Amino acid sequence: MYQLKAVDKKFPGVHALKAVDFEVKRGEVVGLVGENGAGKSTLMKVIYGAYQPDGGEISIDGRAVHFANPRQAMEQGIGMVFQEQSLIPNLTVMENVFLGQEAQFVRFGVINRRAMAAATRRQLAKVKLDIDPGMVTADLSFAQRQLVELAKVLTLEERVEGDLVILLDEPTSVLNREEVELLFGLVRELTSRASFIFVSHRMDEVMELSDRIYVMKDGQVVDVVTRGASDVEAIQKKMVGRSVDKEYYREPRQKPYDPSRVLVEMDRVRFPGRAAEVSLKLHAGEVLCLVGTEGSGREAVLRTIFGMRTPLAGRVSIKGREVTRFSPRNAVEQGVGYVPRERKIEGIVAGMSVYENMTLSQMRRYSGAGVLRTGEEKALARDWIKKLSIKAHSEFADCGNLSGGNQQKVVLSKWRSGGSDIMLLDHPTRGLDIGAKEDVYDMIRDMSDDGVGVVLVADTLEEAIGLSHTILVLKDGVIQQKFDGAPGAKPTLFDLLHYMI
Amino acid sequence: MGARISRATLLRWAPFLVLIALVVFFTILNPSFFSLRNAARIALAATPALMVAIGVTFILIMGSIDLSMEGAVSVTAVLFATVFLQLGGTLASWAWIALPAAVLAGAVFGMLNGWLHVKLQIPSFMASLAFGFVGTGLALMMTGGDRIRVEDELFRGLLTFRFAGFPLMVWLAFGFVLIAWFIQTRTTIGRNLYAVGGGEELAHASGLNTRRVRVIGFTLAGAFYALGALMAVARIGIAETATGNNFMFISITSAVVGGVALWGGIGGVWNAVVGVLIVNVINNGMVVIGLPDYLQDGVLGLMVILAVVLSTDRRLVSFVK
Repeated sequence: MYQLKAVDKKFPGVHALKAVDFEVKRGEVVGLVGENGAGKSTLMKVIYGAYQPDGGEISIDGRAVHFANPRQAMEQGIGMVFQEQSLIPNLTVMENVFLGQEAQFVRFGVINRRAMAAATRRQLAKVKLDIDPGMVTADLSFAQRQLVELAKVLTLEERVEGDLVILLDEPTSVLNREEVELLFGLVRELTSRASFIFVSHRMDEVMELSDRIYVMKDGQVVDVVTRGASDVEAIQKKMVGRSVDKEYYREPRQKPYDPSRVLVEMDRVRFPGRAAEVSLKLHAGEVLCLVGTEGSGREAVLRTIFGMRTPLAGRVSIKGREVTRFSPRNAVEQGVGYVPRERKIEGIVAGMSVYENMTLSQMRRYSGAGVLRTGEEKALARDWIKKLSIKAHSEFADCGNLSGGNQQKVVLSKWRSGGSDIMLLDHPTRGLDIGAKEDVYDMIRDMSDDGVGVVLVADTLEEAIGLSHTILVLKDGVIQQKFDGAPGAKPTLFDLLHYMI
Repeated sequence: MGARISRATLLRWAPFLVLIALVVFFTILNPSFFSLRNAARIALAATPALMVAIGVTFILIMGSIDLSMEGAVSVTAVLFATVFLQLGGTLASWAWIALPAAVLAGAVFGMLNGWLHVKLQIPSFMASLAFGFVGTGLALMMTGGDRIRVEDELFRGLLTFRFAGFPLMVWLAFGFVLIAWFIQTRTTIGRNLYAVGGGEELAHASGLNTRRVRVIGFTLAGAFYALGALMAVARIGIAETATGNNFMFISITSAVVGGVALWGGIGGVWNAVVGVLIVNVINNGMVVIGLPDYLQDGVLGLMVILAVVLSTDRRLVSFVK
């Protein structure tokens, strides 16, 4: 009934969706799986109207439709239950459920709260949630909020003629086992009223709930599996599929690291909110990859080494010296550099020039008595602009106007020029086009040659395997398995996935 | 030709163009507006506010706000006058010490203000608003509500001695503008202020001690408020609790009209200078063209809104809070 035909979507440098065919039948639960960057979220955004496709056709019951925004999609019965919870925490449940739809309760300019509460109760009954509609949303548990969100989407039933399609984006990520069961039971019952598209990282749950599963990879639907026709392992293989080009990840340039020089050592470190202990060692010239799903604890490791988090227990030593005070300032002085995932927030200061960004972490080296030696700063910037062939008209260029790849180069040169020899890279290639990605891979190899230890959280598993000397697979804050990644003896994608999910 | 001037360049110069347009506008209405004597009058009136506006500009660059300037100006003005008279009442004696002492007092005042904001985690808006009242209260306590006259001829020379048509204090203020500009562009403090305003998390992730930077920023602002206080006393020869009145509106308005962004990271000392001139040109122009007294405040408000509309890029902010 809801159908996409040969839908195409391009972003600058990325072909996000390549002629995708997708269909949801009445009363069906359709699963959608794929690695990070496979195009799942782009596809979802096209479905609920946040993106407009560049090519192809969307139709409902054979009638072509066009959504300029999510609101128009909603009017056609397409509802979205957001992963990051779109409820406004300081409003009450009923205000959230009918946000933007209050007009039906208004008499003489005043909202009839009693009618609104009654209507909200009817909606909450659909999801079997028995709470006071006047409660402030912030007081609800995560599971309750998830259900309220679902109830909010179900108000479409009364407002829209025709069938409903409801997207569930990672709805189980914050729920425990019983809550998941509850949600699944509910979804199955609700299929009499609506069809569902279910997106999740947890393969077993997708298998359990979905009638059919779309497997995505590199912006394409590589397979459609019906329930019972395939097992988890077969689907995982399809998700990661193609062979990896060795040249692409600069594998021939990978040299053995120096096992005698330990740069970072974590000894039975325990993080807030986790029961497990993490121990690891980073050597000079090593690329250590942390692999795991979102929330598996990769970030906690990086942020602890950089001093942004203080562990509850255990020892962290940098170059043989135990860290007693955790602060980025201390870490930077010890030679740690951090390339964060959110380049715009923690990577570069937009509005400041290339040279100002480069010396931000090392101003003391370029100043005397608080007065900056801008001449030296600019010389440094010119030097690195040439060294990494950064595309900027000069060292005065505003970093905010550079492309993503060039911004990343500025961030890397900021740390490298300051002599950092422990580099923490969090998704360094996210959002970069292929050429820029290859530049980053080259830089990582250059760093290894210089004896720099790199802790990498890669954007894809292929990247992790291709670049690393050592891979640690994390799940729920526990190191599940350690893989050795010498060229020629690298683990396969499937080996890793097996321990991740 | 028009195509070659980029939008960014145009925006950068917008406040300056607004200033020129205002000067042309008032000159057409009354040609005597455009004279050296009137320029000196405008510059003189603008001088104390300019110092205060530069101070608050440093705070705005960090993305914070400071509303303590009225209290800071009053308390440093009164403190200066009291110490000055105690020590002999003339610059020819040891009383000159009162000048640096006042600047130091301003810096301490600012430091406490910043410390409150950072250590007790009170939003700068609230901390500085309250602390400003503490300053006004202190000034009132010291004077008991009286005016303190400072009649030393040497000190008043700041007003009476003229060079090239402009009073000495205008030249002095120009010197302080250059110092502020130096701090902004050539020192680690200046760079840190921009880093904190442009991305506090990033500054933190680069190993900067952002809390220290904030306190230093407020300290610097306090010192410039004190300079504003000294100029204000030199201009009228009186220090009192009311010396600080009106500086809040004038200084923040000037900075914003001049193109300093309220969300931090954008603008600088020269924006403050242009902004102060815009506000004072409007003020002076209304008198010159003979606008009735009772209309001037309202018209100033409207003109300021118009100037902000013309000189800032609202495309950058999706929501105005």
